[in-house]
Amino acid sequence: MSTVATQHAFYSKDLSVYYGDKQAVKKISMDFPDRQVVALIGPSGCGKSTFLRSLNRMNDLIPGARIEGEVWINDQNICDPRTDVVRLRQKIGMVWQRPNPFHKSIYENIAFGARYHGIKDRKALDGIVEEALRKTALWDEVKDRLNQSALALSGGQQQRLCIARSVAVRPSILLMDEPASALDPVSTAKIEELIAELKKEYSIVIVTHNMHQAARVSDRTAFFFLGDLVEYDDTRTIFTNPSRKSTDDYISGRFG
Amino acid sequence: MNLPESRSTADPAPPQTGKIAKHHLEEWRGKAYVYLCVLLLVVIIFSIVVFIASRGLTPFISQGVSIKEMLFGLKWAPEDDTPVFGALPFLVGSFSTSLIAALIAAPLGICASIFMTEIMPKTGKSVLQPAIELLAGIPSVVYGFVGLSVIVPFLRHTFPGQGVGIMAGAIVLSVMILPTITSIATDALRSLPAGLKEGSYALGATRWQTIARIILPTTMPALLTGVVLGIARAFGEALAVQMVIGNAPHIPHSLFESATTLTSIITLSMGNTTTGSLHNNALWSLALILLIMTFLFVFIVRLLERRVKRS
Repeated sequence: MSTVATQHAFYSKDLSVYYGDKQAVKKISMDFPDRQVVALIGPSGCGKSTFLRSLNRMNDLIPGARIEGEVWINDQNICDPRTDVVRLRQKIGMVWQRPNPFHKSIYENIAFGARYHGIKDRKALDGIVEEALRKTALWDEVKDRLNQSALALSGGQQQRLCIARSVAVRPSILLMDEPASALDPVSTAKIEELIAELKKEYSIVIVTHNMHQAARVSDRTAFFFLGDLVEYDDTRTIFTNPSRKSTDDYISGRFG
Repeated sequence: MNLPESRSTADPAPPQTGKIAKHHLEEWRGKAYVYLCVLLLVVIIFSIVVFIASRGLTPFISQGVSIKEMLFGLKWAPEDDTPVFGALPFLVGSFSTSLIAALIAAPLGICASIFMTEIMPKTGKSVLQPAIELLAGIPSVVYGFVGLSVIVPFLRHTFPGQGVGIMAGAIVLSVMILPTITSIATDALRSLPAGLKEGSYALGATRWQTIARIILPTTMPALLTGVVLGIARAFGEALAVQMVIGNAPHIPHSLFESATTLTSIITLSMGNTTTGSLHNNALWSLALILLIMTFLFVFIVRLLERRVKRS
């Protein structure tokens, strides 16, 4: 499907997420273009992270969370309870706000996903590790200490390691939940460069509280408010000429 | 305390001549109380250690028993004309019962805590956890009695031997130390950073892979702490083991043959000796060995805790 230009990578149709009785995400239909960056913005509690987490069924891990609606990826509705979530999550990588490297060596962190999926050959693993680290511009920084603990890396390096870890299982989509909000400006800039680089190969969805970051890294921006999708358009349009007043108010800092 | 200088204008509190401010007094009282308690505690611990050490070292220092004989001797005959004090059978009994108990209890306890934290947190918290905590409240004499009436006959019918012995002791102990291992393991698993689990699931790991390759390796030092504390508890337990182990002062040829432990030899013999006699002091030496072992266990736990903190 990716051979057709400006195809969508996946789309949601009337997707709702409930926590118990509370509806956190309200019937959201959005399509995500292939190999582009979509930013989800909005005030805290607006449902954007919940929405993001339902795209690879991570909400399944939260007791009481329930999904209604559809998300279609490659002619497959992933909200179908029969979906093999293990397979699904190999295709859709995820990165969190706080870097969460495993308490293992740098090498093992990257090789981890591949080992899960049955790759045991040392040479193949070496190749996967190097490729993932190169893609995330970490290779030159860590190639001499692959066997050291990942916890010894700086916060920014840890975050790029977590991105590398996701990339190593060869997904087609990357979900990022405020990937730079716990990092210093230099590390943030590196993550943003990395996103620009990664979108050549992956469709990326990023949740961010940083308006400038959304404007810098994304092709399209969606504004969420109280569980609703208020506006979804080209990033340039959203930031220069939004059609809704609440979008304008939010991006110009009048609330949120 | 009638000091005119204390009425400084910079003092924000209203000046109270002739009296110490109430909150200062309270502060002082609290401090004195806490310090007194700590002092008392230190004195108590210190005197116990000094007392056991002074009695326990007497046989070696002034009564001509060699440490080597005590630790490696096979024969324990304190009332003979030329008394011999070989405690190796007791050491073997204590170590083997405690270690086998830990080998039985560790997988059970760790699996129970995985069940309670990862698989069915609700049922675990409301049913399994109270049930296991209940085990901690059962008196050891009851454990011994159950062991004697159920486990010993079972072993006697199933394996060659009398049923009493190291295996019977280890089984009883394993149930007794289960709460220690389980509760420490459960705490460790609950305090695992949530991000690690999610990170693993997001890479397409199954629950089993996540447990086996992320959760267990990451919490391993804490899990081992629980096991070591369990061993320490088993090592010090006297009554329940004594009821099922048979109390024969020799090294058994099998796990189903009568044996004994440091603790049970002390409880069995202390009533029959007079204070200050060589036999009595030799029992204190055994107590000293127990104390040193406890220190060793605490030391191992400390080392493990340091590893937990580092990671």
